Amino acid sequence: MESLTNKRKLIESKPLNFLERAYLPAIAQGLAITMKHFFRKPVTISYPEEKREYSENFRGMHSLKRDENGKERCTACGLCALSCPAEAITMIAAERQKGEEHLYREEKYAAVYEINMLRCIFCGLCEEACPKEAIYLDGPHVPSDYLRKDFIYGKDKLVEAPLNQ
Amino acid sequence: MGVADIVIKFVLIVIIFAISLVIAMYSTYAERKIAAFFQDRVGPNRAGPWGILQPLADGGKMFLKEEIIPTNASPFLFIAGPSLAILTACIGSAVIPWGQQITIGKYVIPLQVTDINVGILYIFGVVSLGVYGVMIGGWASNNKYSLLGAIRAASQNISYEISMGLSIIALLMVTGTLSLKEIAEQQHGWHWNVLYQPVGFLLFIICAFAETNRTPFDLPECETELVGGYHTEYSSMKLGFYLFAEYINMFISSAVMATLYWGGYNYPGMDWVLAHTGPAIGPLIGTAVMFAKVFLFIFFFMWVRWTIPRFRYDQLMDLGWKILIPLAIANIIVTGLWITFIK
Repeated sequence: MESLTNKRKLIESKPLNFLERAYLPAIAQGLAITMKHFFRKPVTISYPEEKREYSENFRGMHSLKRDENGKERCTACGLCALSCPAEAITMIAAERQKGEEHLYREEKYAAVYEINMLRCIFCGLCEEACPKEAIYLDGPHVPSDYLRKDFIYGKDKLVEAPLNQ
Repeated sequence: MGVADIVIKFVLIVIIFAISLVIAMYSTYAERKIAAFFQDRVGPNRAGPWGILQPLADGGKMFLKEEIIPTNASPFLFIAGPSLAILTACIGSAVIPWGQQITIGKYVIPLQVTDINVGILYIFGVVSLGVYGVMIGGWASNNKYSLLGAIRAASQNISYEISMGLSIIALLMVTGTLSLKEIAEQQHGWHWNVLYQPVGFLLFIICAFAETNRTPFDLPECETELVGGYHTEYSSMKLGFYLFAEYINMFISSAVMATLYWGGYNYPGMDWVLAHTGPAIGPLIGTAVMFAKVFLFIFFFMWVRWTIPRFRYDQLMDLGWKILIPLAIANIIVTGLWITFIK
């Protein structure tokens, strides 16, 4: 029968000859290949000491940004929580009091802002939803921990370090 | 035999025993490191600098693990198995000449525990005893996997001992003696037996792989089919003994191969070195050469392990009976013709 494509190959299966049955030439070939690998540089990255660089668009731990004066940008509008497909973000808004103008940029701010890192899927939709450019997923990956409750990150872990005075 | 001789022998035995244990211990480390290098990895590097304390950590772990003897196992034989395995592994080193005799003042120290005139036969006896440790342990576990592993070990060792013996016969026809010391002395300088018996050496090293149950002949402990093979039911230091015995066997068979075929402590230009360093230091250089050869063989064992996949059982038997034995007999005939007509 004519084949539909020209890709068909006839495979001859010959019985092994004496040298092939004695395995030795094939073994010598194999030994040469492994010896090449013996002198190759290891591909291992010894993790805690060496770290592999993240790619440029890596989405890791969230950080809540401050503006150029060191004020928190977040105004607790809740768009990030709304956009979050994993429902990982919760917040409680509060009104800025007199004398707190140097802390918060807008009149409303997030008194509590929590992200459950076990729910978060690091999709970056919160980042896109934010009208104030207050949240970015620009950190390293989230470290491991022992208890589930320790994966709920509050403002203490999320807010950027204050500017140096 | 005076007191001094007895003390010298005793010290020599202790040193050789200690060296073979330390080498076996560090073979486990070397195996893991070399495996890592062959696979483009780093290997153990956490315990001590470059991980050199790893064998101690492994040993400590082995000692602290729970000792389990299965309910239906035969307790005496279950303990006798690994003990026998390590005992037979250790006594093989008694007849191997590690170097020429050292002369310090009036003391003459031979670097060989005992020079019996049937040295090779002794080695063979010890090697064939080794399979009893595996056999007894596998049978006493009362587990089908252990039993299958033990049966495989026994049949494999018996098959390969035949071609090993036949390959040795050709060597004995060349050397004309069974004493390992005399064989080593005959290979003075560069007259190594491997130059006269290359096929014999090839057969011997293949059989040595099979006798020590190393890859590609590690069917007795083939994980994919038999869980752990003959040591499936073993834990703690009894398991450690089995694993340790394998490495000691590797060391001893490397030493035997170096002595029989690769000139032992002999190296080209040894007379010149001996004349310039004196009878106390010179032989030690020979011993260092001997150990370098042994380490090369151990490296080769490991190199092969991380290259070749395991044989199927029928391939193993085919290779043993249909290839190696005819080759060994042909080797004997060719050697006989060579001795009769050319030499």
